[in-house]
Amino acid sequence: MAFPTLVLRGGRVIDPSRKLDEISDLVIVDGKIASIGATKATAEVIDCSGKIVAPGFVDLHVHLREPGHEYKEDIASGARAAAAGGFTTICCMPNTEPPNDNRAVTELIVRRAREAACVNVRPVGAISKGLKGESLAEMGEMKDAGIVAVSDDGKPVMNGALMRRALEYARTFGLPVVQHAEDLDLAQGGLMNEGAVSTRIGLRGQPSAAESTMVARDLELVALTGARYHVAHISTAASVRLLREAKARKLPVTCEVTPHHLTLTDAACAHYDTHAKCAPPLRTTDDIAALKAGLADGTIDCIATDHAPHSSQDKAVEFAEASFGMIGLETAFALCLRLLDEGVLSLSALLGKLTYAPARVFELGAGTLAIGAPADVVVLDLTQERTFSRSHSKSRNSPFWGQTLRGAVAYTVVGGNIVHRESE
Amino acid sequence: MTPFAHRHLLGIADLSANEIVQILDLSDTFLEISERAIKKVPTLRGKTVINLFLEASTRTRTSFEIAAKRLSADAVNISGSTSSTTKGETLLDTARNLQAMRPDVIVLRHTASGAPHFIAAHVDAAVINAGDGTHEHPTQALLDCATIRKHKGRVDGLTIAICGDIAHSRVARSDVLALGKLGAKVRLAAPRTMLPIGIETLGAEVYDRMEPAIEGADVVMMLRIQKERLDGAGLFPNTREYSRYFGLGLRMATHLKPDAILMHPGPINRGIELDPALADGTRSVILDQVTHGVGVRMALLYLLAGGSAEN
Repeated sequence: MAFPTLVLRGGRVIDPSRKLDEISDLVIVDGKIASIGATKATAEVIDCSGKIVAPGFVDLHVHLREPGHEYKEDIASGARAAAAGGFTTICCMPNTEPPNDNRAVTELIVRRAREAACVNVRPVGAISKGLKGESLAEMGEMKDAGIVAVSDDGKPVMNGALMRRALEYARTFGLPVVQHAEDLDLAQGGLMNEGAVSTRIGLRGQPSAAESTMVARDLELVALTGARYHVAHISTAASVRLLREAKARKLPVTCEVTPHHLTLTDAACAHYDTHAKCAPPLRTTDDIAALKAGLADGTIDCIATDHAPHSSQDKAVEFAEASFGMIGLETAFALCLRLLDEGVLSLSALLGKLTYAPARVFELGAGTLAIGAPADVVVLDLTQERTFSRSHSKSRNSPFWGQTLRGAVAYTVVGGNIVHRESE
Repeated sequence: MTPFAHRHLLGIADLSANEIVQILDLSDTFLEISERAIKKVPTLRGKTVINLFLEASTRTRTSFEIAAKRLSADAVNISGSTSSTTKGETLLDTARNLQAMRPDVIVLRHTASGAPHFIAAHVDAAVINAGDGTHEHPTQALLDCATIRKHKGRVDGLTIAICGDIAHSRVARSDVLALGKLGAKVRLAAPRTMLPIGIETLGAEVYDRMEPAIEGADVVMMLRIQKERLDGAGLFPNTREYSRYFGLGLRMATHLKPDAILMHPGPINRGIELDPALADGTRSVILDQVTHGVGVRMALLYLLAGGSAEN
């Protein structure tokens, strides 16, 4: 009999993929989940009493900036930030330099991740060559090299005919198509949500319709092609309504929402804080209410961070000049816990949105404590407060920087190895 | 022999299984003429056949011309570059003028789907569709059936995989119809960008990937990637990726049934949709398709121009 290598003792083990919720010991042998149940085995033991033991989080949407923008982040630092946030599998977007639009770049990312990342990194390939929205990227070869989905994230696929072809071509290879839904003509270079705040502070806004009209177009193309479609970071009430209708029509669609779009409104931009500048922009309280309702009724499948590191030189500039996006891996869990406090989701449902639900969207085979599964596990402390003043990311661009948030990741385990301890 | 019930051959869609078999049987008879030292019979002596080819073609036009000549018909060729249409004449005017010269058969190749149907309504001559747009290419499907029947002894019950640009292929449409009518199981494999919506309603099974489509198939037919689509034209990223996943290369060929035969309507993009070693290999019946083309077209000219069977 193999000896356990790690025992997570006495925690409340919650695995939404198996509707499991019990005080128990989780035993890891050879990097895999060996058993859940009382054990007397002697091994390295972590006392988890009073804590939650859950599958490691899965993030469908991060930017690791490697290759090309390593001054913002690289695969190693982004993976450390992920581990600190409880994420054991992260999917990195292709808007690197060069972009991940061909097999050679995919292979580079896969190799760098194997060498340097402490969590599982699964690349997302480009939809179009050079992310230019003109012609299809080599999805077949990228799939063979390891991509799990395609997206031109950061940019929408504006051309409807190309989007149709992308959906058809991706379907051929069983790849979901992830859309950054933003009609650039309607957005007109808007820097924030178009509304009372943008009008008052004199910044060019973009209407929420810039997102929802793109979603509406795409949903009709999904109906035409039957392809798997996933909307990244939805932010508007109208998008939620459209996706709810699409799911009622049994279209093969999914979507994600970020913790920041559930937490902040465009009021965060009122003092020209560039850390609140992101794409899609922060919206309104009505939109947040709709997003929460969408999470609760299953319209929104999962939570993804859109972790978007930028250096101070990208952010310490005029609002109009600042880059879009914020880091999110290390604050995601604490921000999501508010959904529990507000009664939007049960703890099990919330953990589901962070684990097996996203894993299912990209068919990653992760996010579960099933016996025999890789031991990707997180130990959570729901009560501990922590001031966000340290980060494993290379960047600090977060509107939550310096704030004290409740909810902490005590341990993160990947393949049976402890890759993060809160005490460190 | 049962009289042929059609005045024109506009598409396989109009033919019954029995009529297709009738054409194939007759074709086999006429093929024998091509093997004689004097390759000519007087069957259609005094009949006039106009080959009106308003889209480029070498093999189909030559095949029709030879078929007519071996039956002693007078064959006149008009090709796109020399026709009146380039001078602004409408297709209707062209057809009426040709009709005024009293031809017996007009063989039409045209870039527009439905063009043969259009002129058939305005001429007394029999019209044979030699390929219209992305609609049908019935004589190609008939020669494919004839070739398969010769090599496999039957068409009924066979599994036939057609791979490539189905969306823009009139050959694929006619083949799906003809093979289906004769009782074969047809599989289509292509990237989804090249699979027309609703093609399965014509009676074919659709495959995303080529390997499972050719697995166990008795016949594998590779379609040509049209020159204008070689750069992808938005339908695939490039010829390298196309060739890797939807071309019949040597690696892909390991999935072939040992006795599978390989077909291609030509002209072949060697190394793109079909590896040269396979195109020229023992399983290839591609040149046999061309041979059967003459027989099938002789049979159709005979049936439609009303030749006398006694000859």
